[in-house]
Amino acid sequence: MTDPLALLGDWLLNLLAQLNLPPGLRQVILYLLGVSVIATVALVITIFNTWLERKIAARIQDRLGPNRVGPWGLLQPIADAIKMLTKEDTTPAAADKVAYNIAPILAVVSVLLIWAVIPFTSQWFGTQLNVAVLYIAAVGSFGVLAVLMAGWSSNNKYALLGAFRAVSQLISYEVPLFLSLLIPVLLARSMDISVIVEKQATLLEMYVVAAPLAALLFFISSVAEVGRTPFDLLEAESEIVAGYHIEYSGFKFGMFQAGEFMHTFTIAALTALLFLGGWQGPGVAQAPILGLFYFMGKSFAVYFVTMWMRSTLPRIRIDHMQALNWKILVPIALTLLMLTPIVDYFTKDLGVLFSAFGGALTLSWRFAALLLTNILVTLAAIEAVRRNAKRNFVERSRFPERPVARPPREEAA
Amino acid sequence: MVTNLLTDYWPILVLLLVSLGFAGIAMGGGLLLGPRRSSARKQEAYESGMRAIGPGTRQMPVRFYLVAVLFILFDIEVIFFLPWAVVFRQYYENGLGAFILLEMLVFIVILLVGYAYAWKKGALEWE
Repeated sequence: MTDPLALLGDWLLNLLAQLNLPPGLRQVILYLLGVSVIATVALVITIFNTWLERKIAARIQDRLGPNRVGPWGLLQPIADAIKMLTKEDTTPAAADKVAYNIAPILAVVSVLLIWAVIPFTSQWFGTQLNVAVLYIAAVGSFGVLAVLMAGWSSNNKYALLGAFRAVSQLISYEVPLFLSLLIPVLLARSMDISVIVEKQATLLEMYVVAAPLAALLFFISSVAEVGRTPFDLLEAESEIVAGYHIEYSGFKFGMFQAGEFMHTFTIAALTALLFLGGWQGPGVAQAPILGLFYFMGKSFAVYFVTMWMRSTLPRIRIDHMQALNWKILVPIALTLLMLTPIVDYFTKDLGVLFSAFGGALTLSWRFAALLLTNILVTLAAIEAVRRNAKRNFVERSRFPERPVARPPREEAA
Repeated sequence: MVTNLLTDYWPILVLLLVSLGFAGIAMGGGLLLGPRRSSARKQEAYESGMRAIGPGTRQMPVRFYLVAVLFILFDIEVIFFLPWAVVFRQYYENGLGAFILLEMLVFIVILLVGYAYAWKKGALEWE
């Protein structure tokens, strides 16, 4: 079976060859087409996700969700976009105009750039970098700049408070994020995302089997990195109105929203790629186009969990947020980073533990040992947290002398 | 590899231009289609409907700097870990496994000492 994408690529190459363009220009046109498709896919998914998220949040909260514009409210995002486009674009007089206008652009660009290295199938990707993981870490960090620029340049107290909170949260959670990002790199021996995906060929070779704790750490810290509930302190409506983007209106505000939605799907996609095997699945070797469906299915599954968290969990307190990061996630990540190479080293010569269904379910000793290590670290961490909680437990006084309002009849008697 | 280096990064530059173009179109469209009825009150900083008091930019509480210093400490360590994570299997396939393991363990232990010190000093508390 031929790959429709490969056919499309060949057809384009032939078309360009007939146009007698210089080879350099031809290459640039190909790149332009390729990344335009990727950017469009990312944006269309984002637009669709705003609808999906509202619909699913509504179902979780026993509501109907958008259902007026188009069938099942499917055209709602378009109506939203039109509304945002036709709103007045206000700029505070005291704002720093340059930084104020660059910030929303940066918020979208920093997320969209990550999609350059995300492989949709084995053949379809923007570019195959040998330092893709480092690139993701570097480009993803631009988002912090956008938040700080927006908060500082708005010249607004709420915005500044939001920016302080945001920056302290985002840079804190980058530490466990990068540390857990190292585990797949360590297991795959490569920073190239395509290679990391290729190594997770069968179900039990996914890195979520060998490093479930790292996958969990990565997921939690990336949710914090996006700043979604329960980590939405940076835009806590009840405390600081809207946080760093309070002064933005119209489509500039829309850009921050689009950036956030896109970032959420991006972390879902990255989790799917790094830990769930990305485009790997049965039958991919024969028909690479199937990989697109596997990849999207896995990404949307992870994305659903973020939506679920968003509509279920309350916002956590800022000191809890910092303590969760520095006292729980970072030590766990460091322990994992120490133990993974040691276990990997001592199990390197051991073979396959068991193999079933003609190799479709193959568990190596190495992965089994790593899984056991992860479970032990999890248990140790839970025990440490429990002991600490017991030690710091403060008995709540029950106020026995508390004045109690008595019904007037009793007092009269 | 070296010949591929430049061609590998071309798509990123193009994607940067495409996304900048998208941002430009979106923001330009907003400017073009939206009404423009600005007034002095509208251009004031939002402060729950009251007149804004004082400047909007204040001093940063010092604990945010503490977080930033911790972040720099750990983030630089992580960057050192990345190349090690890539090459370490190659090392022990060449029989140098114990060496590269110990090397990085020493590094992590030094990092942990600094981390424990920061914890003891109360740098991780948020008051």
